Amino acid sequence: MADSVSDATADEGVAADDAEGTEPEVPEIDLPSDAFDAVLDALADRDPGDPLRFEGFGVARDGDDGDDGDPAGEYRLDPADGDTQTGLTERELHAALDERAPEVTDWHAFERVVGEFGPRRAFLRWLEDADGATVATRYAALAEGIERAWGELRITATVTDRGARRYDVRHADDAGVPADELDAYDDPLDARGLVKRDAKGRYRPLKTAPSLAGGWVFPDLGPRDAYEAVETIYPATVANWHREREGELDVSHWRETMARQSGIYGVVKTWDRGEGYEHVNWVAEACCDDSQCLKRREWEYDEETDLDVDGGDGAFPCREPCSVVVSAARKWTRLESEQPRTYEFELTPSEKEQVEDIIDAVADGRIDEIREADTKEGANRYRTRFLRAKLFDDEENLAGVPTEPDEEDEE
Amino acid sequence: MQSLVIVAHGSHLNPESSAPTYDHADTIRATGAFDEVKTGFWKEEPHFREVLRTVEGDEVYVVPLFVSEGYFTEQVIPRELRLDGWDVSEWDSDGLSADQATLVAEDIDREVHYCGPVGTHRAMTDVIVRRAESVTGDPDVGDGFGLAVVGHGTERNENSAKAIEYHADRIAERDRFDEVEALYMDEDPEVDDLPEFFESDDVVLVPLFIADGYHTQEDIPEDVGLCEDHTEGYDVPTDVDGTRVWYAGAVGTEPLMADVILERAADAGADLGTALDDVRETTRVAAGD
Repeated sequence: MADSVSDATADEGVAADDAEGTEPEVPEIDLPSDAFDAVLDALADRDPGDPLRFEGFGVARDGDDGDDGDPAGEYRLDPADGDTQTGLTERELHAALDERAPEVTDWHAFERVVGEFGPRRAFLRWLEDADGATVATRYAALAEGIERAWGELRITATVTDRGARRYDVRHADDAGVPADELDAYDDPLDARGLVKRDAKGRYRPLKTAPSLAGGWVFPDLGPRDAYEAVETIYPATVANWHREREGELDVSHWRETMARQSGIYGVVKTWDRGEGYEHVNWVAEACCDDSQCLKRREWEYDEETDLDVDGGDGAFPCREPCSVVVSAARKWTRLESEQPRTYEFELTPSEKEQVEDIIDAVADGRIDEIREADTKEGANRYRTRFLRAKLFDDEENLAGVPTEPDEEDEE
Repeated sequence: MQSLVIVAHGSHLNPESSAPTYDHADTIRATGAFDEVKTGFWKEEPHFREVLRTVEGDEVYVVPLFVSEGYFTEQVIPRELRLDGWDVSEWDSDGLSADQATLVAEDIDREVHYCGPVGTHRAMTDVIVRRAESVTGDPDVGDGFGLAVVGHGTERNENSAKAIEYHADRIAERDRFDEVEALYMDEDPEVDDLPEFFESDDVVLVPLFIADGYHTQEDIPEDVGLCEDHTEGYDVPTDVDGTRVWYAGAVGTEPLMADVILERAADAGADLGTALDDVRETTRVAAGD
């Protein structure tokens, strides 16, 4: 595999020798002292003969008492496909591990740098398919850069010539843009400022809305900071994704979530009148569509009753109606308690279609895209102002028809 | 591993609502007293319902960044955090004395220490005074000054007025300001009539709110007469009927708030090292202007 390189040269960048071969090459890795020291510490914590396992080999202390520093011949190495080497000195062990630096640094990266915390570990392993691909395959791919999507993020994982993982986190729209053309950050908490407003400067009350602004990059994060950056941009999405992968996602469906509400939101439970769940279909279509939120809706009307609208294709799940949905539902509970009435308006066919165009444009967030002079568009501002000028009376009633039928008598 | 979780209201509409929560979390993070400092919100993300699953530690302290005991601290937060067996009697409080309850959070199947709100802690009195120092730029402000502490009245929450009175009384006992009054937005004595309650030419007005928003930026300035319309803004100080009013904005934005959060966690058993001293030192008002 990797050639042994004994002196610690500081080659920058990754050794991607793609000029000749078709197979991506495993980069040369120097075994850094922190990884080697971690191996020695791990062995010191183990009983003699109890091997520390790496991909393709194990390392153990030999049977004698081994707590007295660095006696000659203390270590043994068991390759899966070769002869056991015994009586290795610390120097010889270092040389043997340096020859296997990808496997050792891979162990070090996940066991010592990333640590045990479930969501973080699972996410960082998923980024490079660490539970599926071999170290050699992954290191070769990391040398080229492994790209993953998470919501609107593009995450690129690489490996240094000392086997450390580095991550570039940016908006997917900025993929391929040189980092020095973007605003660079290194503290993952700085992401709090990046997610607060959309590209037009408007406040984003829902962090998983597909309105993340670009123009920034975290060009060189370590594993823990990469996880923190992603969890700051899309809070709890990794935690919920991890629970889902473990088969432990706790979904709270619409009915139980509404039943739990109290205070000013207590009214929302009265919206469920035992007359079906069409109203919840409308809520999900309004708020939870992929065009509005990148989470994949896993909650339904109740345990037995699925909604009829699609939950979306997001990488991370939505496990219950969020506070934005609950707040909107409170408003709709009041609005939907009104009884329909028959109003009579006269509209030309084009005016009817224009009303539909306006509703579509607002619902799809398209009004800013409609050009000033494009009067072919029903939701064009001049067209809409013309409609208002023609159809509204002095009280802003559409076609002069009052909202309340007895309003005219009261005037 | 020791974790702090600060829980706050947040907002769907006001982008600045979360700012004090983040600022205080950063101040505490810098002390290194906790292995991790997380924030959770009612109206933002991570939501109360999901914040605990982002927490790694096994000693978890949850501190509500709320001004008084009541609906949020007694019902909403324990319910949404899924604190198993929560009952408000766990706090055994008279409306001001909630300290902490140790309960298993079902979401993570681990114990958490659920603390009383910051607003009723005795250290909050110091933050109100510090706020007066900040807004006047005078670390010794007091002589010749009145101080008004303002909050909601009892209309929304009976404990709201208790917290206001508690801090106003404690500040008055210190004899630092010439006069100290507790005023309310929706009951007597009303903040609208502020000059009537003070003889001092200068009065510092400190609203007991966590974040600046509708109440502190629109309601109170207009009610007090700092401006006709909040969109015009106002000067500090502003002359209102012969009284110079130094309007402080939400006390919760004062950096020393981080100290109260730490005090709450310490009262619940957190090991803070020198963090309390560090925070008091780093958040001081510099003398002079």
